[in-house]
Amino acid sequence: MAALRTGQPDDPTVSTVGIRVNDEMSELTVDNRTSLLDALREHLGLTGAKKGCDHGQCGACTVLIDGRRANSCLQLAVMVDGQDVTTIEGLGAAEDLHPVQRAFLDRDAYQCGYCTPGQICSAVGAIAEAGAGWPSAVTPADSLGIEGTAGLDASEVRERMSGNLCRCAAYVNIVPAVLDAAREVSA
Amino acid sequence: MTSIPLTSPQGAPSDTSSAADGRIGENALRPDGTLKVTGEFAYASDLWMDEMVWGTTVRSPHPHARIVSIDIGPALATPGVYAVLTAEDVPGANAVGLEHEDQPVLAETVVRYKGEPVAIVAADHPEIARQAAKKVVVEYDVLEAVTDARAALDPASVQLRPSGNVVRHLKVRKGEELPTAAVVVSLDFEVGMQDQAFLGPESGLAVPAEDGGVDLYVATQWLHVDQRQVCSALGLPPEKVRLSLSGVGGAFGGREDLSMHVHACLLAMHTNKPVKMVYNREESFYGHVHRHPATMSYEFGAEPDGMLVYGRAEILFDGGAYASSTGAVVGNGGTLGLGPYRFPNVHIDCYGVYTNNPPCGAMRGFGCVQAAFAHEALMDALAERVGVSPAAIRKLNGVREGDVNITGQVIDSAAPCEELVQILLDMPLPAERSGADLLSLPGGVANSTHGEGVVRGVGYALTYKNVGFSEGFDDYSTARVRLQVIGGEAVASVHTAAAEVGQGLITVEQQICRTELGVGRVVVHPKNTQVGSGGSTSASRQTYVTGGAVKAACEAVRARVLAAAAQVCGHTADDLALDGGKVVARSGEVVLDLAELLGDAELFADEGVEETVEWRHRPTEAVDPETGQGNAHVQYAFSAHRAVVDVDVDLGLVKVVALDTAQDVGKAINPDAVLGQIQGGSTQGMGLALMEEIVVKDGHIMNPSFTDYLIPTILDTPPMLIKILEYADPHAPYGVRGVGEPPTISSGPAVAAAIRQATGKALRRVPIRPEHITGT
Repeated sequence: MAALRTGQPDDPTVSTVGIRVNDEMSELTVDNRTSLLDALREHLGLTGAKKGCDHGQCGACTVLIDGRRANSCLQLAVMVDGQDVTTIEGLGAAEDLHPVQRAFLDRDAYQCGYCTPGQICSAVGAIAEAGAGWPSAVTPADSLGIEGTAGLDASEVRERMSGNLCRCAAYVNIVPAVLDAAREVSA
Repeated sequence: MTSIPLTSPQGAPSDTSSAADGRIGENALRPDGTLKVTGEFAYASDLWMDEMVWGTTVRSPHPHARIVSIDIGPALATPGVYAVLTAEDVPGANAVGLEHEDQPVLAETVVRYKGEPVAIVAADHPEIARQAAKKVVVEYDVLEAVTDARAALDPASVQLRPSGNVVRHLKVRKGEELPTAAVVVSLDFEVGMQDQAFLGPESGLAVPAEDGGVDLYVATQWLHVDQRQVCSALGLPPEKVRLSLSGVGGAFGGREDLSMHVHACLLAMHTNKPVKMVYNREESFYGHVHRHPATMSYEFGAEPDGMLVYGRAEILFDGGAYASSTGAVVGNGGTLGLGPYRFPNVHIDCYGVYTNNPPCGAMRGFGCVQAAFAHEALMDALAERVGVSPAAIRKLNGVREGDVNITGQVIDSAAPCEELVQILLDMPLPAERSGADLLSLPGGVANSTHGEGVVRGVGYALTYKNVGFSEGFDDYSTARVRLQVIGGEAVASVHTAAAEVGQGLITVEQQICRTELGVGRVVVHPKNTQVGSGGSTSASRQTYVTGGAVKAACEAVRARVLAAAAQVCGHTADDLALDGGKVVARSGEVVLDLAELLGDAELFADEGVEETVEWRHRPTEAVDPETGQGNAHVQYAFSAHRAVVDVDVDLGLVKVVALDTAQDVGKAINPDAVLGQIQGGSTQGMGLALMEEIVVKDGHIMNPSFTDYLIPTILDTPPMLIKILEYADPHAPYGVRGVGEPPTISSGPAVAAAIRQATGKALRRVPIRPEHITGT
């Protein structure tokens, strides 16, 4: 697919950046103000990440940057020059689903699905964070951190997933889906 | 004139196929599920054509003003801009609307709300379009705005329409004119403006066609009513305006009216290029109708034991600048506004008025949500006055099958009010709050309390809702079903125009085909206007009405197949059925292989057997204009909620600890999907009770963003115990009863009741804000 029109490479308002997206190096020339979300959607044709608000309020655009989750609408493409970006398209395909994708299917943890790519990327990031022992706001303050993914419970999942809105409110099913996936990822 | 290549956009809808198991009553998986979890599912905002340009909208900054002049020159001169269009460029009728064609496509002489479209711009880049839109110079003569619905009702107020400010006034009168009762309770209640807040903003792509027509790919709830309006505005016949449903990122009523539909088509036809329009979040708050805010005055009279004698209500809906579906919302508010209770005597006046506020229309629960807050608060007040429990007052007065309701209609299928309430009573309550876990208190990780001011409350609500379109509307759906051999296998395909918006309709369509035709693989064709109307995806009606149409079309196909089978196998058609890809006798004997039968060239053509059926539910009637009496509705759906809350009475913070519910669904075609609807609906109702309000000041929306318009997060959403009853409605296909809206109606009033119980405060307005609780 063709990209949105941009200026010439010698134009100071545009930059050429190299981003490794889903294990594939992409070089693209973008207006300096282009968000990572727009770069993904409108320059690379990766429309899995969604634009729900473009202000970091809804989480539908969540992707993984060097393995850590981020709202791609709040990143400029030029900020991630040289970094690894994983989008929902890079997590798993139909015949080879990521455990989080499988768990969302099995638990019916979505309805319209618009927030789902962001929810899934966010869950992958959250499970990795727990695996690395990172505490959340509900992890007991007297502990040294969460005891890996085994320390995840419903309360931890709700806290760690609270940046991703779901207007269909599939939340009741998202919690067990993330817990299922956490068990599988750690197993 | 350059010709447009006849190619589909990227992201155009395609067949959805699945061979998975799943007949009715089973938890069949969604056929679009894998696409949705892999990011492959294309929403309207994902549509793309390489040669496309981008459209944007110039909107009024004033709630009410006369347009003195519009200068498009500077905008049109902007490099990259292809077109700037105003009302002058609308070739057909510059008037659209669901019930009344009272809304201009682009404002002509007057703007009637802030955010009303005045001009549209197409450019080769979305940001160029946005910048050019700022250069459209509109000179306004600001007029006095009517922004208070009560004031609009006053004949001395500015009259916004030649017909006056009243869109509809519905009177319901039953029994004695001035009944008296031993116990009288009354209250006033106010409900704020709620937004559907679907996460996928309004979006679509219009592609000009060589025949002088246009193809529109759009996220919507009702393709054919969109088509009717687009045709009228463009001055084109239906065959030249073809609509296809693109991926829908939530709807909840907010996509029943037009948004960018005509605008994109106008720009596409003017530029002869495909035009994409995508609203941003702020624009989305201006770009669709909202739930009507309401002010209500209620009075119930009862015997000393609490048995209701009469109900009086005045309900006032602020319809905003354009009628949208205000008339039907008034219909629901009036005919259903006293709740599912037995009233010998009734006096209701329900109004919907024009103002210069944002237009209001359909949202999940449609007129019943607002009224439910009032009638449920009043039932609690009555219970307290007569000294019985909230559950007992509802069990005593709840309607039963065979009762005549307030519009004189016999409730002729299950009305299990008493049982729904009893189920809630029998459900376990959540554990008492333990002092140890501060994070579980209201305020959560903000650590705002150690529990000293935290009080628990429990509240109940019992409500009902009409299913399907009412008051004599010709409510129908169309289904085309085909059975044919593909790759040696008997395959069913189903084509309807009924919108899948995430609720799972296409799963239900597949389940019905599998059940009726005994096949595994079912192909669901894209939803478009190449088949007859499926009606609206609203009013909890699609499983009932489009489900009924698919069932009927399957039956017609099956009758032809079995008649042919009877010719070759010696059984009578009546003795045959389809199951497991076979023709089987009632005895269980496998008689024929279905694929072989369908492949018999002497019996069937290559394309197999196809039938198209237009299916209607039993008709409803318009109500009497003076008394509101009549068989207005086709079906009623009942639900009850129990909310448990912890309230920090010092800070006014509320945590919903549990939100338990019981609902009669007639027949759960897909139990998992039913649960999803109940969970989602319950959460949206809770949102209205606690946090969701579009704050409108002097006609201006003060909070058009997700920072300031709050919707429940995963942290706000409590555990839910859900009990589903399945009392088949004998009049409905498979006995189904609409599912999607009832939980949105009963959950909010239960939350409000729980907070009242915890705080002892009257709390006669929702959303309940911290300052209402603290009184500060």
